[in-house]
Amino acid sequence: MAEVTVFVEQRSGQVKRAALEVVAQGRGLADAWGGSLEAILIGTDLDDAAAKVLPLGPDHVTLLEHPVLSDYSVEGFTQALSGYVARTNSLALLLPATAMGMDLAPRVAARLRVGLASDCISISSGPDRTMEAVRPVFSGKAMATVRFSSARPVMATLRPNVFPPGEPVANPAGKITKKTPELDETKIRARLTGIEKDQSGEIDVKEADIVVSGGRAMMNSENFGIIRDLAAALGGAVGASRAAVDAGFIAHQHQVGQTGKVVAPKLYIACGISGAIQHLAGMSSSKVIVAINKDGEAPIFKIATYGIVGDLFRIVPLLTEKILKLKAE
Amino acid sequence: MNLVVCMKQVPDTAARVAIGGDGRSLDPEGVTFVVNPYDEIALEEALRIREKLGEGEVAVVTMGPEKGSAALRSCLAMGADRGIHLQDAAFQGSDSLGTARILAAAIARKPFDLILLGKQGVGTDNSQTGPMLAELLDLPHVNVVVKLEIMGKSLKAFRQIEGALEVIEAPLPAVVTAQKGLNEPRYAGLKGIMAAKKKPVEVLCLRDLGLPADEVGEKGALVRWTQLELPASRSSGKILQGEPEEAVEELVRLLREEAKVI
Repeated sequence: MAEVTVFVEQRSGQVKRAALEVVAQGRGLADAWGGSLEAILIGTDLDDAAAKVLPLGPDHVTLLEHPVLSDYSVEGFTQALSGYVARTNSLALLLPATAMGMDLAPRVAARLRVGLASDCISISSGPDRTMEAVRPVFSGKAMATVRFSSARPVMATLRPNVFPPGEPVANPAGKITKKTPELDETKIRARLTGIEKDQSGEIDVKEADIVVSGGRAMMNSENFGIIRDLAAALGGAVGASRAAVDAGFIAHQHQVGQTGKVVAPKLYIACGISGAIQHLAGMSSSKVIVAINKDGEAPIFKIATYGIVGDLFRIVPLLTEKILKLKAE
Repeated sequence: MNLVVCMKQVPDTAARVAIGGDGRSLDPEGVTFVVNPYDEIALEEALRIREKLGEGEVAVVTMGPEKGSAALRSCLAMGADRGIHLQDAAFQGSDSLGTARILAAAIARKPFDLILLGKQGVGTDNSQTGPMLAELLDLPHVNVVVKLEIMGKSLKAFRQIEGALEVIEAPLPAVVTAQKGLNEPRYAGLKGIMAAKKKPVEVLCLRDLGLPADEVGEKGALVRWTQLELPASRSSGKILQGEPEEAVEELVRLLREEAKVI
Protein backbone atom coordinates (compact mmCIF):
# COMPACT_ATOMS: atom_id res chain seq x y z
CA MET A 1 0.00 0.00 0.00
CA ALA A 2 1.14 3.45 -0.78
CA GLU A 3 2.35 6.15 1.58
CA VAL A 4 0.93 8.93 -0.55
CA THR A 5 -2.54 8.94 -2.07
CA VAL A 6 -3.82 11.40 -4.65
CA PHE A 7 -7.41 11.84 -5.75
CA VAL A 8 -7.53 12.37 -9.51
CA GLU A 9 -10.52 14.43 -10.51
CA GLN A 10 -12.23 13.41 -13.72
CA ARG A 11 -15.54 14.32 -15.27
CA SER A 12 -16.78 12.10 -18.12
CA GLY A 13 -13.30 10.66 -18.51
CA GLN A 14 -11.67 14.09 -18.85
CA VAL A 15 -8.75 14.69 -16.51
CA LYS A 16 -7.97 18.30 -15.82
CA ARG A 17 -4.52 19.80 -15.66
CA ALA A 18 -5.16 20.60 -11.98
CA ALA A 19 -5.54 16.87 -11.28
CA LEU A 20 -2.25 16.06 -13.01
CA GLU A 21 -0.51 18.77 -11.00
CA VAL A 22 -1.64 16.94 -7.86
CA VAL A 23 -0.31 13.63 -9.16
CA ALA A 24 3.08 15.25 -9.80
CA GLN A 25 3.18 16.73 -6.28
CA GLY A 26 2.18 13.37 -4.85
CA ARG A 27 5.03 11.73 -6.75
CA GLY A 28 7.47 14.28 -5.31
CA LEU A 29 6.23 13.74 -1.75
CA ALA A 30 6.34 9.95 -2.08
CA ASP A 31 9.91 10.16 -3.40
CA ALA A 32 10.94 12.44 -0.54
CA TRP A 33 9.56 9.90 1.91
CA GLY A 34 11.05 6.96 0.06
CA GLY A 35 7.53 5.63 -0.38
CA SER A 36 5.08 4.81 -3.11
CA LEU A 37 2.24 6.75 -4.74
CA GLU A 38 -1.32 5.62 -5.34
CA ALA A 39 -3.68 7.54 -7.61
CA ILE A 40 -7.39 7.04 -7.04
CA LEU A 41 -10.09 7.72 -9.61
CA ILE A 42 -13.79 7.49 -8.83
CA GLY A 43 -16.63 7.08 -11.34
CA THR A 44 -17.47 4.76 -14.20
CA ASP A 45 -15.50 3.78 -17.33
CA LEU A 46 -12.26 5.16 -15.95
CA ASP A 47 -9.78 3.41 -18.27
CA ASP A 48 -9.14 6.41 -20.52
CA ALA A 49 -8.65 8.70 -17.55
CA ALA A 50 -6.31 6.19 -15.93
CA ALA A 51 -4.22 6.12 -19.10
CA LYS A 52 -3.60 9.87 -18.72
CA VAL A 53 -2.40 9.47 -15.14
CA LEU A 54 -0.10 6.49 -15.62
CA PRO A 55 2.71 8.35 -17.48
CA LEU A 56 3.24 10.59 -14.43
CA GLY A 57 4.57 7.60 -12.54
CA PRO A 58 2.16 6.52 -9.80
CA ASP A 59 3.01 3.05 -8.45
CA HIS A 60 -0.66 2.14 -8.24
CA VAL A 61 -3.72 3.47 -10.02
CA THR A 62 -6.91 2.38 -8.31
CA LEU A 63 -10.22 2.79 -10.06
CA LEU A 64 -13.23 2.84 -7.75
CA GLU A 65 -16.01 2.14 -10.21
CA HIS A 66 -19.70 2.01 -9.39
CA PRO A 67 -22.71 2.91 -11.57
CA VAL A 68 -24.06 5.20 -8.85
CA LEU A 69 -20.85 7.23 -9.07
CA SER A 70 -21.10 8.11 -12.77
CA ASP A 71 -21.96 11.69 -11.75
CA TYR A 72 -20.11 13.41 -8.96
CA SER A 73 -22.00 13.41 -5.68
CA VAL A 74 -20.20 14.55 -2.58
CA GLU A 75 -21.79 11.91 -0.37
CA GLY A 76 -21.11 9.08 -2.81
CA PHE A 77 -17.53 10.13 -3.46
CA THR A 78 -16.93 10.67 0.28
CA GLN A 79 -18.02 7.11 0.99
CA ALA A 80 -15.88 5.69 -1.80
CA LEU A 81 -12.75 7.71 -1.04
CA SER A 82 -12.78 7.64 2.75
CA GLY A 83 -13.90 4.01 2.81
CA TYR A 84 -10.95 3.05 0.64
CA VAL A 85 -8.30 5.27 2.21
CA ALA A 86 -9.28 4.25 5.76
CA ARG A 87 -8.22 0.70 4.93
CA THR A 88 -4.79 1.74 3.64
CA ASN A 89 -1.84 3.02 5.62
CA SER A 90 -1.74 6.22 3.61
CA LEU A 91 0.11 9.06 5.32
CA ALA A 92 -1.02 11.87 3.03
CA LEU A 93 -4.03 12.41 0.80
CA LEU A 94 -3.87 15.19 -1.79
CA LEU A 95 -6.69 16.61 -3.91
CA PRO A 96 -6.96 19.54 -6.32
CA ALA A 97 -8.47 22.74 -4.92
CA THR A 98 -11.13 22.72 -7.64
CA ALA A 99 -14.88 22.98 -7.12
CA MET A 100 -14.94 19.19 -6.69
CA GLY A 101 -11.84 18.92 -4.51
CA MET A 102 -12.89 21.79 -2.23
CA ASP A 103 -16.30 20.14 -1.79
CA LEU A 104 -15.10 16.60 -1.24
CA ALA A 105 -11.98 17.12 0.90
CA PRO A 106 -13.61 18.65 4.02
CA ARG A 107 -16.28 15.96 4.10
CA VAL A 108 -13.65 13.20 3.81
CA ALA A 109 -11.45 14.90 6.44
CA ALA A 110 -14.37 15.10 8.88
CA ARG A 111 -15.20 11.44 8.29
CA LEU A 112 -11.60 10.29 8.76
CA ARG A 113 -11.07 12.77 11.63
CA VAL A 114 -7.87 14.09 10.06
CA GLY A 115 -6.49 17.56 9.40
CA LEU A 116 -6.95 19.36 6.09
CA ALA A 117 -5.08 22.34 4.66
CA SER A 118 -7.08 24.04 1.90
CA ASP A 119 -5.91 25.62 -1.32
CA CYS A 120 -2.19 25.20 -0.67
CA ILE A 121 0.48 26.77 -2.86
CA SER A 122 3.32 24.64 -1.56
CA ILE A 123 3.77 21.37 0.28
CA SER A 124 7.01 19.99 1.62
CA SER A 125 8.12 16.91 3.50
CA GLY A 126 9.42 17.22 7.02
CA PRO A 127 11.26 14.77 9.25
CA ASP A 128 9.61 11.42 10.09
CA ARG A 129 7.40 11.53 7.02
CA THR A 130 5.54 14.63 8.11
CA MET A 131 4.19 17.23 5.73
CA GLU A 132 4.08 20.98 5.98
CA ALA A 133 1.89 23.14 3.77
CA VAL A 134 1.85 26.82 2.89
CA ARG A 135 -1.42 28.45 2.00
CA PRO A 136 -2.48 31.99 1.24
CA VAL A 137 -4.79 33.44 3.90
CA PHE A 138 -6.59 36.77 4.11
CA SER A 139 -6.95 36.20 0.36
CA GLY A 140 -3.25 36.23 -0.26
CA LYS A 141 -2.45 39.19 1.96
CA ALA A 142 -0.49 36.73 4.12
CA MET A 143 0.92 33.23 3.88
CA ALA A 144 0.30 30.68 6.63
CA THR A 145 2.52 27.68 7.27
CA VAL A 146 0.30 24.80 8.34
CA ARG A 147 1.39 21.85 10.46
CA PHE A 148 -0.66 18.77 11.16
CA SER A 149 -1.36 16.73 14.28
CA SER A 150 -0.33 13.08 14.33
CA ALA A 151 -3.64 11.93 12.77
CA ARG A 152 -3.01 10.29 9.37
CA PRO A 153 -3.43 10.68 6.51
CA VAL A 154 -2.80 14.41 6.52
CA MET A 155 -4.87 16.06 3.80
CA ALA A 156 -4.33 19.02 1.51
CA THR A 157 -6.01 20.54 -1.52
CA LEU A 158 -3.62 22.16 -3.99
CA ARG A 159 -4.40 25.39 -5.81
CA PRO A 160 -4.66 24.86 -9.58
CA ASN A 161 -2.14 26.54 -11.91
CA VAL A 162 0.46 27.01 -9.20
CA PHE A 163 2.26 23.68 -9.40
CA PRO A 164 4.02 22.30 -12.49
CA PRO A 165 1.96 19.73 -14.41
CA GLY A 166 4.60 17.04 -14.07
CA GLU A 167 6.79 15.28 -16.59
CA PRO A 168 6.08 11.82 -17.96
CA VAL A 169 8.47 9.26 -16.46
CA ALA A 170 10.65 7.06 -18.67
CA ASN A 171 9.11 3.67 -17.98
CA PRO A 172 5.76 4.04 -16.25
CA ALA A 173 5.23 0.80 -14.39
CA GLY A 174 2.13 1.63 -12.36
CA LYS A 175 -0.41 -1.11 -11.91
CA ILE A 176 -4.08 -0.42 -12.56
CA THR A 177 -6.55 -2.11 -10.21
CA LYS A 178 -10.33 -1.90 -10.41
CA LYS A 179 -12.44 -2.09 -7.32
CA THR A 180 -16.13 -1.75 -6.57
CA PRO A 181 -16.63 0.42 -3.51
CA GLU A 182 -19.27 -0.52 -0.99
CA LEU A 183 -21.87 2.22 -0.88
CA ASP A 184 -24.85 2.95 1.31
CA GLU A 185 -27.04 4.49 -1.36
CA THR A 186 -29.56 5.77 1.19
CA LYS A 187 -26.79 8.10 2.33
CA ILE A 188 -26.38 9.65 -1.12
CA ARG A 189 -29.11 12.21 -0.58
CA ALA A 190 -27.91 15.27 -2.50
CA ARG A 191 -28.06 14.27 -6.15
CA LEU A 192 -27.15 15.93 -9.39
CA THR A 193 -30.24 16.50 -11.52
CA GLY A 194 -28.73 18.69 -14.21
CA ILE A 195 -25.84 20.80 -15.38
CA GLU A 196 -26.29 24.27 -16.77
CA LYS A 197 -23.25 24.98 -18.90
CA ASP A 198 -22.20 28.57 -19.16
CA GLN A 199 -23.68 29.36 -22.60
CA SER A 200 -21.40 32.30 -23.21
CA GLY A 201 -18.60 29.95 -24.19
CA GLU A 202 -16.32 32.03 -22.01
CA ILE A 203 -13.35 30.55 -20.24
CA ASP A 204 -13.56 30.59 -16.44
CA VAL A 205 -10.99 33.00 -14.94
CA LYS A 206 -9.78 30.27 -12.60
CA GLU A 207 -9.01 27.95 -15.48
CA ALA A 208 -7.33 30.39 -17.81
CA ASP A 209 -3.62 30.85 -18.49
CA ILE A 210 -4.30 34.44 -19.46
CA VAL A 211 -6.80 36.78 -17.79
CA VAL A 212 -7.72 40.25 -19.05
CA SER A 213 -9.61 42.29 -16.47
CA GLY A 214 -11.47 45.57 -16.56
CA GLY A 215 -12.22 47.92 -13.70
CA ARG A 216 -14.46 50.81 -12.89
CA ALA A 217 -12.78 52.90 -15.59
CA MET A 218 -14.58 50.78 -18.21
CA MET A 219 -17.58 53.01 -17.38
CA ASN A 220 -20.27 50.67 -18.74
CA SER A 221 -20.93 47.12 -19.88
CA GLU A 222 -20.64 47.92 -23.63
CA ASN A 223 -17.09 49.14 -23.14
CA PHE A 224 -16.18 45.72 -21.73
CA GLY A 225 -16.28 44.68 -25.40
CA ILE A 226 -12.67 45.81 -25.82
CA ILE A 227 -11.65 43.66 -22.82
CA ARG A 228 -13.48 40.68 -24.34
CA ASP A 229 -11.78 41.31 -27.69
CA LEU A 230 -8.32 41.34 -26.14
CA ALA A 231 -9.11 38.22 -24.09
CA ALA A 232 -10.37 36.47 -27.22
CA ALA A 233 -7.26 37.46 -29.18
CA LEU A 234 -5.08 35.97 -26.44
CA GLY A 235 -7.28 32.93 -25.87
CA GLY A 236 -7.82 34.10 -22.30
CA ALA A 237 -10.64 34.77 -19.88
CA VAL A 238 -12.39 38.01 -18.96
CA GLY A 239 -12.00 39.19 -15.38
CA ALA A 240 -13.23 42.24 -13.53
CA SER A 241 -12.68 44.19 -10.36
CA ARG A 242 -15.31 44.30 -7.65
CA ALA A 243 -16.01 47.93 -8.54
CA ALA A 244 -16.91 46.91 -12.11
CA VAL A 245 -19.11 44.06 -10.88
CA ASP A 246 -20.85 46.19 -8.24
CA ALA A 247 -21.51 48.85 -10.88
CA GLY A 248 -23.27 46.18 -12.94
CA PHE A 249 -20.87 46.24 -15.91
CA ILE A 250 -20.34 42.48 -15.81
CA ALA A 251 -21.58 39.37 -13.97
CA HIS A 252 -20.02 38.44 -10.63
CA GLN A 253 -18.54 35.17 -11.86
CA HIS A 254 -15.90 37.34 -13.56
CA GLN A 255 -14.91 39.03 -10.33
CA VAL A 256 -11.29 38.62 -9.29
CA GLY A 257 -10.42 39.50 -5.71
CA GLN A 258 -11.12 38.73 -2.11
CA THR A 259 -14.87 38.23 -2.47
CA GLY A 260 -14.46 36.95 -6.01
CA LYS A 261 -12.10 34.43 -7.48
CA VAL A 262 -8.44 34.06 -6.67
CA VAL A 263 -6.42 33.49 -9.82
CA ALA A 264 -2.79 32.83 -10.68
CA PRO A 265 -2.52 32.84 -14.47
CA LYS A 266 0.76 33.18 -16.30
CA LEU A 267 -0.37 36.56 -17.66
CA TYR A 268 -2.79 38.98 -16.00
CA ILE A 269 -3.67 42.21 -17.78
CA ALA A 270 -5.39 44.79 -15.55
CA CYS A 271 -7.13 47.53 -17.51
CA GLY A 272 -8.45 50.56 -15.69
CA ILE A 273 -8.02 48.82 -12.33
CA SER A 274 -6.47 50.98 -9.62
CA GLY A 275 -5.43 48.01 -7.49
CA ALA A 276 -7.44 48.08 -4.27
CA ILE A 277 -6.22 45.55 -1.67
CA GLN A 278 -9.42 43.59 -2.38
CA HIS A 279 -8.38 43.09 -5.99
CA LEU A 280 -4.64 42.60 -5.46
CA ALA A 281 -5.47 39.77 -3.06
CA GLY A 282 -7.05 37.89 -5.95
CA MET A 283 -4.36 38.22 -8.59
CA SER A 284 -0.99 39.19 -7.13
CA SER A 285 0.41 35.67 -7.50
CA SER A 286 0.02 35.86 -11.29
CA LYS A 287 3.35 35.22 -12.98
CA VAL A 288 3.35 38.32 -15.20
CA ILE A 289 1.15 41.33 -14.52
CA VAL A 290 0.47 44.09 -17.01
CA ALA A 291 -1.22 47.28 -15.83
CA ILE A 292 -2.86 49.78 -18.13
CA ASN A 293 -4.17 52.82 -16.29
CA LYS A 294 -4.33 56.54 -16.86
CA ASP A 295 -3.29 57.27 -13.28
CA GLY A 296 0.44 56.69 -13.00
CA GLU A 297 0.14 56.75 -9.21
CA ALA A 298 -2.35 53.82 -9.11
CA PRO A 299 -1.23 51.06 -6.67
CA ILE A 300 -1.55 48.44 -9.43
CA PHE A 301 1.73 49.76 -10.93
CA LYS A 302 3.55 48.80 -7.72
CA ILE A 303 3.05 45.12 -8.47
CA ALA A 304 2.94 45.21 -12.27
CA THR A 305 5.71 43.60 -14.30
CA TYR A 306 4.98 45.98 -17.15
CA GLY A 307 2.91 49.11 -17.05
CA ILE A 308 1.55 51.57 -19.55
CA VAL A 309 0.25 54.89 -18.24
CA GLY A 310 -2.39 56.10 -20.61
CA ASP A 311 -5.91 55.88 -22.01
CA LEU A 312 -7.02 52.27 -21.98
CA PHE A 313 -9.61 52.97 -24.68
CA ARG A 314 -6.71 53.66 -27.06
CA ILE A 315 -4.18 51.21 -25.70
CA VAL A 316 -6.32 48.07 -25.34
CA PRO A 317 -7.60 48.03 -28.96
CA LEU A 318 -4.07 48.71 -30.19
CA LEU A 319 -2.83 45.77 -28.17
CA THR A 320 -5.59 43.52 -29.53
CA GLU A 321 -4.74 44.56 -33.08
CA LYS A 322 -1.05 43.90 -32.56
CA ILE A 323 -1.69 40.46 -31.02
CA LEU A 324 -4.06 39.46 -33.83
CA LYS A 325 -1.47 40.54 -36.39
CA LEU A 326 1.14 38.49 -34.59
CA LYS A 327 -1.10 35.41 -34.51
CA ALA A 328 -1.81 35.77 -38.22
CA GLU A 329 1.89 35.70 -39.02
CA MET B 1 -39.52 26.14 9.01
CA ASN B 2 -36.57 26.38 11.38
CA LEU B 3 -33.62 28.04 9.70
CA VAL B 4 -30.19 28.22 11.26
CA VAL B 5 -27.48 30.55 9.99
CA CYS B 6 -23.88 30.11 11.14
CA MET B 7 -21.99 33.36 11.31
CA LYS B 8 -18.34 34.20 11.80
CA GLN B 9 -16.87 37.54 12.68
CA VAL B 10 -13.97 38.29 10.33
CA PRO B 11 -11.52 41.11 9.61
CA ASP B 12 -12.93 43.66 7.17
CA THR B 13 -11.87 42.76 3.62
CA ALA B 14 -10.37 46.22 3.15
CA ALA B 15 -8.12 45.73 6.18
CA ARG B 16 -4.37 45.77 5.79
CA VAL B 17 -2.82 42.67 7.28
CA ALA B 18 -0.06 42.88 9.88
CA ILE B 19 1.46 39.91 11.65
CA GLY B 20 0.94 39.59 15.41
CA GLY B 21 3.72 39.37 18.00
CA ASP B 22 3.52 35.55 18.12
CA GLY B 23 4.45 35.38 14.43
CA ARG B 24 1.54 33.10 13.62
CA SER B 25 -1.61 35.18 13.86
CA LEU B 26 -3.15 38.40 12.63
CA ASP B 27 -2.33 41.54 14.59
CA PRO B 28 -5.85 42.74 15.46
CA GLU B 29 -4.63 46.29 16.12
CA GLY B 30 -6.66 48.72 14.04
CA VAL B 31 -8.59 45.96 12.26
CA THR B 32 -12.36 46.33 12.03
CA PHE B 33 -14.25 43.08 12.45
CA VAL B 34 -17.44 42.51 10.48
CA VAL B 35 -19.96 39.78 9.72
CA ASN B 36 -18.34 37.43 7.20
CA PRO B 37 -19.71 38.70 3.84
CA TYR B 38 -20.64 35.17 2.71
CA ASP B 39 -22.50 34.54 5.98
CA GLU B 40 -24.39 37.77 5.39
CA ILE B 41 -25.56 36.31 2.07
CA ALA B 42 -26.57 33.10 3.91
CA LEU B 43 -28.56 35.14 6.42
CA GLU B 44 -30.27 37.15 3.68
CA GLU B 45 -31.32 33.90 2.01
CA ALA B 46 -32.73 32.56 5.29
CA LEU B 47 -34.71 35.77 5.80
CA ARG B 48 -36.09 35.57 2.25
CA ILE B 49 -37.13 31.93 2.75
CA ARG B 50 -38.93 32.87 5.98
CA GLU B 51 -40.62 35.81 4.27
CA LYS B 52 -41.66 33.72 1.27
CA LEU B 53 -43.11 30.95 3.42
CA GLY B 54 -44.76 33.47 5.74
CA GLU B 55 -43.65 31.42 8.73
CA GLY B 56 -40.61 30.10 10.44
CA GLU B 57 -37.75 31.22 12.59
CA VAL B 58 -34.22 32.32 11.75
CA ALA B 59 -31.62 31.62 14.44
CA VAL B 60 -28.07 32.89 14.07
CA VAL B 61 -25.31 30.96 15.79
CA THR B 62 -21.78 32.24 16.20
CA MET B 63 -18.71 30.97 17.99
CA GLY B 64 -16.19 33.37 19.42
CA PRO B 65 -15.29 35.75 22.19
CA GLU B 66 -17.57 38.33 23.77
CA LYS B 67 -16.68 40.98 21.18
CA GLY B 68 -18.53 38.92 18.59
CA SER B 69 -21.81 39.96 20.15
CA ALA B 70 -21.83 43.16 18.06
CA ALA B 71 -21.81 41.10 14.86
CA LEU B 72 -24.58 38.92 16.28
CA ARG B 73 -26.64 42.05 17.01
CA SER B 74 -26.20 43.26 13.46
CA CYS B 75 -27.61 39.93 12.23
CA LEU B 76 -30.59 40.38 14.54
CA ALA B 77 -30.95 43.92 13.17
CA MET B 78 -31.07 42.51 9.64
CA GLY B 79 -34.05 40.42 10.75
CA ALA B 80 -32.92 37.21 12.45
CA ASP B 81 -35.21 36.17 15.32
CA ARG B 82 -32.70 34.99 17.88
CA GLY B 83 -29.02 34.53 18.48
CA ILE B 84 -26.85 31.82 20.00
CA HIS B 85 -23.39 32.86 21.09
CA LEU B 86 -20.97 30.02 21.76
CA GLN B 87 -18.40 31.43 24.12
CA ASP B 88 -15.72 29.58 25.98
CA ALA B 89 -11.98 30.01 26.41
CA ALA B 90 -11.73 26.31 25.51
CA PHE B 91 -12.99 27.11 21.98
CA GLN B 92 -10.00 29.30 21.22
CA GLY B 93 -7.69 27.98 18.53
CA SER B 94 -10.28 25.59 17.10
CA ASP B 95 -9.60 24.43 13.56
CA SER B 96 -12.43 23.94 11.07
CA LEU B 97 -13.34 20.50 12.40
CA GLY B 98 -13.35 21.77 15.98
CA THR B 99 -15.54 24.69 14.94
CA ALA B 100 -17.89 22.36 13.09
CA ARG B 101 -18.11 20.14 16.20
CA ILE B 102 -19.05 23.09 18.39
CA LEU B 103 -21.60 24.42 15.90
CA ALA B 104 -23.06 20.94 15.36
CA ALA B 105 -23.51 20.37 19.09
CA ALA B 106 -25.26 23.73 19.48
CA ILE B 107 -27.51 23.29 16.46
CA ALA B 108 -28.49 19.72 17.34
CA ARG B 109 -30.14 20.89 20.57
CA LYS B 110 -33.30 21.86 18.68
CA PRO B 111 -35.02 20.55 15.54
CA PHE B 112 -34.13 22.43 12.34
CA ASP B 113 -34.84 22.18 8.62
CA LEU B 114 -32.04 24.07 6.94
CA ILE B 115 -28.59 25.31 7.92
CA LEU B 116 -27.11 28.12 5.87
CA LEU B 117 -23.61 29.55 6.08
CA GLY B 118 -21.04 31.22 3.86
CA LYS B 119 -18.98 29.09 1.49
CA GLN B 120 -15.91 30.35 3.32
CA GLY B 121 -14.91 32.55 6.21
CA VAL B 122 -13.05 35.48 4.78
CA GLY B 123 -9.54 35.57 6.26
CA THR B 124 -8.81 31.99 7.21
CA ASP B 125 -10.29 31.02 3.83
CA ASN B 126 -10.53 27.32 4.69
CA SER B 127 -13.90 26.64 3.02
CA GLN B 128 -14.30 23.61 5.27
CA THR B 129 -16.84 24.29 8.00
CA GLY B 130 -20.02 23.82 5.91
CA PRO B 131 -19.27 20.34 4.54
CA MET B 132 -17.77 19.28 7.90
CA LEU B 133 -20.89 20.43 9.74
CA ALA B 134 -23.03 18.40 7.32
CA GLU B 135 -20.82 15.36 7.83
CA LEU B 136 -20.97 15.59 11.64
CA LEU B 137 -24.76 16.03 11.62
CA ASP B 138 -25.14 13.28 8.98
CA LEU B 139 -26.86 15.62 6.54
CA PRO B 140 -26.63 16.22 2.80
CA HIS B 141 -25.00 19.47 1.76
CA VAL B 142 -24.73 21.65 -1.30
CA ASN B 143 -21.67 23.87 -1.47
CA VAL B 144 -21.07 27.23 -3.22
CA VAL B 145 -24.71 27.90 -4.07
CA VAL B 146 -25.79 30.82 -6.26
CA LYS B 147 -29.51 30.00 -6.48
CA LEU B 148 -31.74 28.16 -4.02
CA GLU B 149 -35.34 26.97 -4.16
CA ILE B 150 -37.19 25.34 -1.28
CA MET B 151 -39.81 22.86 -2.44
CA GLY B 152 -41.72 21.50 0.55
CA LYS B 153 -39.47 19.00 2.23
CA SER B 154 -36.61 19.28 -0.23
CA LEU B 155 -34.38 21.84 -1.89
CA LYS B 156 -33.05 22.54 -5.32
CA ALA B 157 -29.72 24.33 -5.41
CA PHE B 158 -27.53 25.66 -8.19
CA ARG B 159 -23.92 25.15 -7.31
CA GLN B 160 -21.06 26.96 -9.04
CA ILE B 161 -18.36 24.79 -10.60
CA GLU B 162 -15.81 25.60 -13.31
CA GLY B 163 -17.72 26.99 -16.29
CA ALA B 164 -21.10 25.57 -15.26
CA LEU B 165 -23.74 25.28 -12.58
CA GLU B 166 -24.60 21.91 -11.08
CA VAL B 167 -28.28 21.54 -10.29
CA ILE B 168 -28.59 19.51 -7.11
CA GLU B 169 -31.67 18.30 -5.27
CA ALA B 170 -31.60 17.16 -1.68
CA PRO B 171 -34.09 16.33 1.05
CA LEU B 172 -34.33 18.56 4.13
CA PRO B 173 -32.77 18.93 6.60
CA ALA B 174 -29.64 19.94 4.76
CA VAL B 175 -26.67 22.31 4.82
CA VAL B 176 -26.23 24.94 2.11
CA THR B 177 -23.20 27.20 1.72
CA ALA B 178 -23.73 30.58 0.10
CA GLN B 179 -21.69 32.09 -2.72
CA LYS B 180 -21.78 35.67 -3.93
CA GLY B 181 -24.59 36.08 -6.46
CA LEU B 182 -27.17 34.18 -4.38
CA ASN B 183 -28.71 37.50 -3.33
CA GLU B 184 -27.89 41.05 -2.31
CA PRO B 185 -28.00 41.31 1.49
CA ARG B 186 -30.24 44.04 2.87
CA TYR B 187 -29.12 46.82 5.15
CA ALA B 188 -30.44 46.86 8.68
CA GLY B 189 -32.74 49.85 9.10
CA LEU B 190 -33.12 51.92 12.25
CA LYS B 191 -36.24 49.94 13.11
CA GLY B 192 -34.31 46.70 12.81
CA ILE B 193 -31.50 48.02 14.96
CA MET B 194 -33.99 49.06 17.67
CA ALA B 195 -35.83 45.72 17.48
CA ALA B 196 -32.55 43.79 17.71
CA LYS B 197 -31.98 45.09 21.22
CA LYS B 198 -35.00 43.15 22.48
CA LYS B 199 -34.28 39.89 20.68
CA PRO B 200 -33.04 36.95 22.75
CA VAL B 201 -29.38 35.89 22.67
CA GLU B 202 -28.50 32.64 24.36
CA VAL B 203 -24.89 32.25 25.54
CA LEU B 204 -23.60 28.70 25.72
CA CYS B 205 -20.27 27.31 26.91
CA LEU B 206 -18.43 24.02 26.48
CA ARG B 207 -20.28 22.37 29.37
CA ASP B 208 -23.69 23.36 27.96
CA LEU B 209 -22.79 21.57 24.73
CA GLY B 210 -21.50 18.44 26.45
CA LEU B 211 -18.42 18.26 24.26
CA PRO B 212 -15.14 16.73 25.44
CA ALA B 213 -12.59 19.53 25.92
CA ASP B 214 -9.91 17.69 23.95
CA GLU B 215 -12.02 17.70 20.76
CA VAL B 216 -12.16 21.47 20.46
CA GLY B 217 -9.88 24.48 20.68
CA GLU B 218 -6.14 24.39 20.28
CA LYS B 219 -6.01 20.98 22.04
CA GLY B 220 -8.32 19.31 19.56
CA ALA B 221 -6.92 21.02 16.47
CA LEU B 222 -5.66 18.72 13.73
CA VAL B 223 -4.12 21.60 11.81
CA ARG B 224 -2.58 24.78 13.11
CA TRP B 225 -0.70 27.75 11.76
CA THR B 226 2.90 27.70 12.90
CA GLN B 227 3.89 30.80 11.01
CA LEU B 228 2.20 33.73 9.32
CA GLU B 229 4.17 35.87 6.91
CA LEU B 230 3.51 38.67 4.52
CA PRO B 231 3.97 37.51 0.95
CA ALA B 232 7.18 38.44 -0.79
CA SER B 233 6.38 41.83 -2.23
CA ARG B 234 6.62 42.09 -5.96
CA SER B 235 9.02 44.70 -7.12
CA SER B 236 7.38 47.14 -9.48
CA GLY B 237 8.44 46.59 -13.01
CA LYS B 238 8.94 48.66 -16.11
CA ILE B 239 6.74 51.55 -17.09
CA LEU B 240 6.76 51.63 -20.86
CA GLN B 241 7.15 55.14 -22.18
CA GLY B 242 6.27 56.82 -25.42
CA GLU B 243 3.20 57.17 -27.59
CA PRO B 244 0.55 54.46 -27.18
CA GLU B 245 1.69 52.76 -30.44
CA GLU B 246 5.29 52.59 -29.24
CA ALA B 247 4.37 51.46 -25.72
CA VAL B 248 2.12 48.69 -27.06
CA GLU B 249 4.79 47.58 -29.53
CA GLU B 250 7.32 47.37 -26.69
CA LEU B 251 4.84 45.57 -24.43
CA VAL B 252 4.17 42.86 -26.99
CA ARG B 253 7.91 42.44 -27.57
CA LEU B 254 8.55 42.07 -23.82
CA LEU B 255 5.68 39.63 -23.35
CA ARG B 256 7.04 37.50 -26.19
CA GLU B 257 10.77 37.74 -25.74
CA GLU B 258 11.39 38.54 -22.07
CA ALA B 259 8.44 37.06 -20.20
CA LYS B 260 7.65 34.47 -22.88
CA VAL B 261 3.97 34.32 -21.99
CA ILE B 262 2.39 34.94 -25.40
